[in-house]
This record gives sequence, structure tokens and C-alpha cells, in this order.
Amino acid sequence: MKNNIVTSIIGIVVFTVLLGIVYPLAITGVSQVAFPGDSNGQQIHLDGKLVGSKLIGQNFGTPVLEKNGKVKEVKGAVVTEPDSRYFQSRPSATEGGADNAAASTFSNHGPNSVKTKEADEENIKAYLELNMNPTTKSEYDPGLTVAKIPVDAVNSSASGLDPEISPANAWIQAHRIAAVRRLSLATVDGLIAKYTSGRGLGFSGEEGVNVLELNLALDRLTGGAG
Amino acid sequence: MTFAGWLTIVLFAVILTALALPLGSYMAKVYTGKRVFLSPVFGVPERFLYRLLRVDPERGQDWKSYAKSLIIFSLAGWLVLYAILRTQDAFFVPHALNPLGYHSPPWNVSFNIASSFMTNTNWQFYSGETTMSYLTQMIGLTVQNWLSAGVGIVVAVALVRGIIGRSGKSIGNFWQDLIRTILYVLAPLSVITAIVLASQGVIANFTTYLTVHTITGLTQSIAMGPVASQHSIMLLGTNGGGFFNTNSAHPFENPSQFTNFFEMLMVLIIPAALVFFYGRMTGNRRQGYAIYATMMVMFLGAVVVAYIAEAHGSPAQHAAGLHTGVINGSTGGNMEGKEQRFGIAGSALFDVITTVTSCGAVNSAIESFTGIGGAVPFANLSASEVIFGGVGTGLYSILLYVLLAVFIGGLMVGRTPEWLGKKLEAREIKLAGLGILITPLAALFCTALAVASKAGRASISEVATSAGKLGIHTPQAFSESFYAYLSQANNNGSAFAGYTGFIQPNAGSLGSHGISFADLLGGFDMLLARYAPILFALAVAGALAGKRVTPAGLGTMRTDNGTFVVLLIGVIILVGALTFFPALLLGPIVQGLTGHLY
Repeated sequence: MKNNIVTSIIGIVVFTVLLGIVYPLAITGVSQVAFPGDSNGQQIHLDGKLVGSKLIGQNFGTPVLEKNGKVKEVKGAVVTEPDSRYFQSRPSATEGGADNAAASTFSNHGPNSVKTKEADEENIKAYLELNMNPTTKSEYDPGLTVAKIPVDAVNSSASGLDPEISPANAWIQAHRIAAVRRLSLATVDGLIAKYTSGRGLGFSGEEGVNVLELNLALDRLTGGAG
Repeated sequence: MTFAGWLTIVLFAVILTALALPLGSYMAKVYTGKRVFLSPVFGVPERFLYRLLRVDPERGQDWKSYAKSLIIFSLAGWLVLYAILRTQDAFFVPHALNPLGYHSPPWNVSFNIASSFMTNTNWQFYSGETTMSYLTQMIGLTVQNWLSAGVGIVVAVALVRGIIGRSGKSIGNFWQDLIRTILYVLAPLSVITAIVLASQGVIANFTTYLTVHTITGLTQSIAMGPVASQHSIMLLGTNGGGFFNTNSAHPFENPSQFTNFFEMLMVLIIPAALVFFYGRMTGNRRQGYAIYATMMVMFLGAVVVAYIAEAHGSPAQHAAGLHTGVINGSTGGNMEGKEQRFGIAGSALFDVITTVTSCGAVNSAIESFTGIGGAVPFANLSASEVIFGGVGTGLYSILLYVLLAVFIGGLMVGRTPEWLGKKLEAREIKLAGLGILITPLAALFCTALAVASKAGRASISEVATSAGKLGIHTPQAFSESFYAYLSQANNNGSAFAGYTGFIQPNAGSLGSHGISFADLLGGFDMLLARYAPILFALAVAGALAGKRVTPAGLGTMRTDNGTFVVLLIGVIILVGALTFFPALLLGPIVQGLTGHLY
């Protein structure tokens, strides 16, 4: 009994030092030296400023202003509306605004829940509105209907930080981007293909289009959000 | 469903088997004290650790002595972890290792967390990036990721020694087994995989949270931390407690299509290898193959059902008018709570892997799975983690089922049941029976308490919108509660994450609080269902260790052929179904059978 207690206490101390201090420091140290970009979150800088991480989804919306010119907030979170000049990320359920990378969270919407259906309907409506030309009142992508919207554009992601959208989702939005930015559809589709990640090892997972990289490339092409 | 999806599933099974076979042989050498290629590296540290811990590795322990060492060591680990959690904001914690200045989780949440990580459950009533300092993640949680995995493995090793023991009472030495597990099995795998993951984008740093100014004029804060080191051992040790709240769905834990496949292999590699290890140890590799076949059949069955169900889509999606079939550029399906890069197949497969093992890491929201898709993890948990199962726990749990199957088989043919040359008697059968039943009992008892009391129902997030005020009126609300205690009893740790999740996303922050009822009941659930089966398994080892071996005769029922595989699957399904079917009907199955929205 006494032997066990002594050994246990020494054991916990020794293992805490080895596995809780030496091991994480060693892995982190090696990673910092060998893969500085990856181990620091694949940061993307623009003109010396940090504009995001390639791996972390972003909200490409602009703040909604109140009548008095102030930024509108609900429960401390800035209210935004999608910026039609940019590709939009998947819906996100994080608190404190979409794509809050300091507090990732699932939506936890159940499969048979009225709440889920309502959230889906709301996202469908927003997606159709976003992809409709406000002056001509017609879809940028002719023939876009509810049934044609890819599921990833409506269902919220798991992490709330999904950096990618499906190619189908990108192709629909490409019509809007091309019109708003006065680019040819082929140019935009070319960029989409460039920033689409393939399946792992050729079979694992799904193709995804990195929204942040795509948007930055668009800005480079047109010299700003123009 | 897509061809690539099915191919992923098939290739996964093939690659897993190819990797697990050599690892199993390697482990058999490690635990019989033979020289392995890592002996020159770890021989000296191993002997040094024995001296430092004042252990005589040559002294064999009987089952009681082995169990005593295990329990005392676990208790010491629990106390230290609890202390670390409660002093997270103490003066001696350097600011660099608690950059956001998080406070300690309250006592009730801390009780649950300490119990959770020590029992290899890693149920999380907290959210990593808003609760834990870097220091706590390292010296508290990472350490228990290693130790709880080690403890699970040594119990399996000890049980196997008891089963094949030819003389005497010794089932090995706990300290020797633990040290060898950490040095020879977990350390090399963990270091290699951590580096691989870090090279693919799993972060490893101590910088404070980043502040981003986006191109549309918003600011975004991005959580950082030493993730790679913790993430690798959490998957390998089937722990499952994520560094971040959304676990392996978070891009910094699982950045790409490739890492998702790699991480799935990491979860199953040791549980699968242990089965081959068992075959090697018995001297008849076919014994291991039979159990492996049993597990693989049930595993693949679960994957197929989950994939088809998720690819079909959910009633909520269909009611909203979405088309959930495959189209050009999108695979459709139920993408609520799933990441684009993993897709439906990569999410369904990960989900099954994490719930057949006691891992519980998730790359998608189980709560958002369709009724039938969600019934699959329920069914996996109802099988009491014997389909591969957790590291060690899976093997010792299925061996108890093997014992039961041999006994039932013996009764059917009217002979004294024999297993590997040893006669099975009343004592072993009673112990195995108790070991098998305690987990379902704990799960059902706790669920009953939780749904029948107001304090228990306070944790439910899925409140009915159409069926009255009390959340319990919806099948989803029942599922949340049932899953919570079933998952904790099986030391799994995955969740229908709405359960209590809504109340404390900021468990470590000032003024936050846990729900004491759920914290304490869950903690009790995990501790009971972890240590009682361990004690029964070790007792079985002790009872078998001293038995004389008689050569197999004509009437001996074989345990290494197809007939036995069928018998074993039958016993597992029968026990699971008889215990859990009524409860499963009330939750996921009801939802799977109806298109009705609640």
C-alpha cells in the first residue's frame, strides 16, 4: 500500500514532466523550426497586415450601419450583411458573429427539428437574395432555384469555421462575382479551379474551394474590391 | 453516395489491417520482454524509470495487487488533475501559458473534467479554447491522455496473460506494463504522428490568439495553442477530448482531406493491433483473426448504414425544399454540422470509428446526424465498445464476451465449456457477466435519473417548439440525455453536443457555472463504468491464471473459426439489443422512421 502510494506520486510527477512539459515543448519546437507556416496557422498577410488564416473560414460581410451612422450590434456581435463583391463562406453557428475563431461551435440542430428547417429556409432565402441582381430582379445565374442550391450553402458547418465551399456553390456565386466585378465568367471559374483543393490521396474527402484565397485573388485581379 | 466515398471506406479497412498486423506482432514482443528494434533507444530510459519509481519489474503481481497499483495510481492522477484545474488562474502560472487569463473551471465542472480525462472518456462539459490555459492543456489534460490510454492497454495485457497463464497467480507487473506501454508503444507513434500532423497544418505554438483585420473591414480573433502534441495522443489513445470545442472538425485539428484519413487510421490502429497481439500471445494467430473478423463485420455494417443515411439527407432539409442528391460539384446529403473537406463519407466513417472505439473525437456534429445516421453511434455504444473499442478496453471487453459466448456455446452442445484449454467455471462466468452488465446498468440508471428529474432536464438544449414546453417531449431531447450518459458510461466522450453545451461555452470565465447535477452524475457514471469492469476483467485474469491447461479434445468447441464468429456476433447483438432496444426506440429510431418535424 505504502509502496504503491510512493510510486504513484513519483510516477505522476515524472510523467507530468516528461509527457506534459518535455513532449509538448519538443513537438512544438520541432514544428516551429521545420514547418513555421503550418505550425502558426498558415497566416496570410497583405501589405504587412494579417488578413486571415488559410485554414479558418471568414465572414465576408460588411457591418450594417444604424441610422445614426453607428455600427449595429446585437448582444455585442457586429451585425453584418454579405458583401456581394466577395464569395461568401458557409453558414456558421458561432456566437459573437459568424466564423468566430475564438469560440468554435456546432449548430447542434437536430434532423427532425422545426428550428433546423427554419434556419435552412432563412439561409435559402438569403442565398437567393444575394445571387439576384437588385436592379433587374433576375438571378445572376439563370435558372437558379431552391432545388439547385447546393446543401453546403445552406447547412451550417461543423466547426463554424469551414474555410471551404463546394465547387457547385462557387460556380453559382461566380455569376454574381463576374457581373459585379465586370469580369468574364471564364476568368472567375478559372480562379475557382485554381483554389480548389483536391481529394486527399486521390479519394479521401471532397473537393473544396478556399474562399479567402479566392477572394484575395479576385482583389488582386481587379485592383481592390472595385 | 459516390464511388470515391465507398472507395474511402474499403481502402480504410484494408490499410488499417495492413498496419495493425505488424504492430500487433511488435506489441507481443514488447509485452513478453523480447528485444525489439527500439530496445537500444528505450532500454536505458526504461531501467532508469524503474529505479526512479522504485519498482522491481521482475516481481509479478497477482490480480489483487495489480488492481491495487492501478487504482492508487489513477487516484493520484485524478487528484493532481483536479488541483491543476482549480489553480489555473493561480499566481504561479506564467502569463505566457495562460495568455487570455482564463479562470479556473468551477468545482462541479472540474470534478467532471478530472473524472473524464482520467477514465479515458474525455467527455467535455467545457469548450477548450474558451476555458483552458495552454498550461492546463499540457500538464493536465495531455498527461492524462497518455496515462489513461496506458492504463487501458495494461488491463488488456494482464487479462491476456491470465488467459494464457500456465502456472501461478502472476498476471504481470503493473508498473512495468505501464512504462513499456508509454515508451515502446505510445511514444514512438505519438511523436511521429504529431510531426506529420504539424506538417499538414495542425498548429503547434504558444502565441496568443491572433487578431485579424479582414478585407471587408471586420475583425476576427483566432485561437492558437500547442495543438499537435495533444491532438496526436488524444487520437492514438482513443481519448477524444479536443483542444478546441469542435474537436476534429476544427481546421486547426484536422486541416485537410488527407489529415482526416490519417487521423481515422490513428484512432483505430492500436485497438486493431491489440486483437492481433492477442492472437500472437495465445500461440494461435487464428484466435486473433476470429475476433478481428467479428469486429470488422460489425464495423463495416455500421459504416454502410451511416453513410447511406447521411447521404439521403434529413427531414428538415427536405421540408425546406433542398435537393439532397449528388449534383456536379456537390455530393449533397445532410451537410448540417459537417465540413466541406470531409464530405458525407469522410464524416460518416469518422463518426463510426469514433463511436466503436472509446475515442469520442468528432469531425461532425452527431446531434445533427439524421435519425438513422444518429442511431448508428447509439448502436455502437450499446455494443459496449467491443467493436475494436478503446485502447485496451476494447480487447478486454470483447474477451469477456468471448468467455460468455464459449459458455453459451458449451451449454448448447451440452459440454463443459473450455477456452484455450481451460475449463470455464461458475466464478469466471459470474465475473464476466458482471463486467459486461455494469456499463449498460450505469448508462440506463443515469439516463433515467436525468430525464425523470427537473435538475436533469435543465441540461437539454433541444426544447420542443410544437410539443409543449418541456424539452423531454421530443425524441431529440431524449436522445441528447440518453446519449450523454451512454457515452460517459462507455468512456467514449462524443456527444449530442447540445446537452448542456448551451449553458457554458465559457466554463472557465468569470461568473460562469456548470449544472451540478449533470456534472456530478456524469462523473459518477464515468468512474463506475470504467473501474468496475477493469476490476472484473482483472479478477477474471486472476481466476484463469492458475488453471491447468488440458489439450483440446474432439468435443472442444473451437474459438477460431467462422462458426464462432457468428456465435460471438450473435451474443454481442443479443446482449446489446435486449438491454438498449426500448430506450433506442424512444429516441433516434423514432426520428429515423418519421419525416415529422418536432
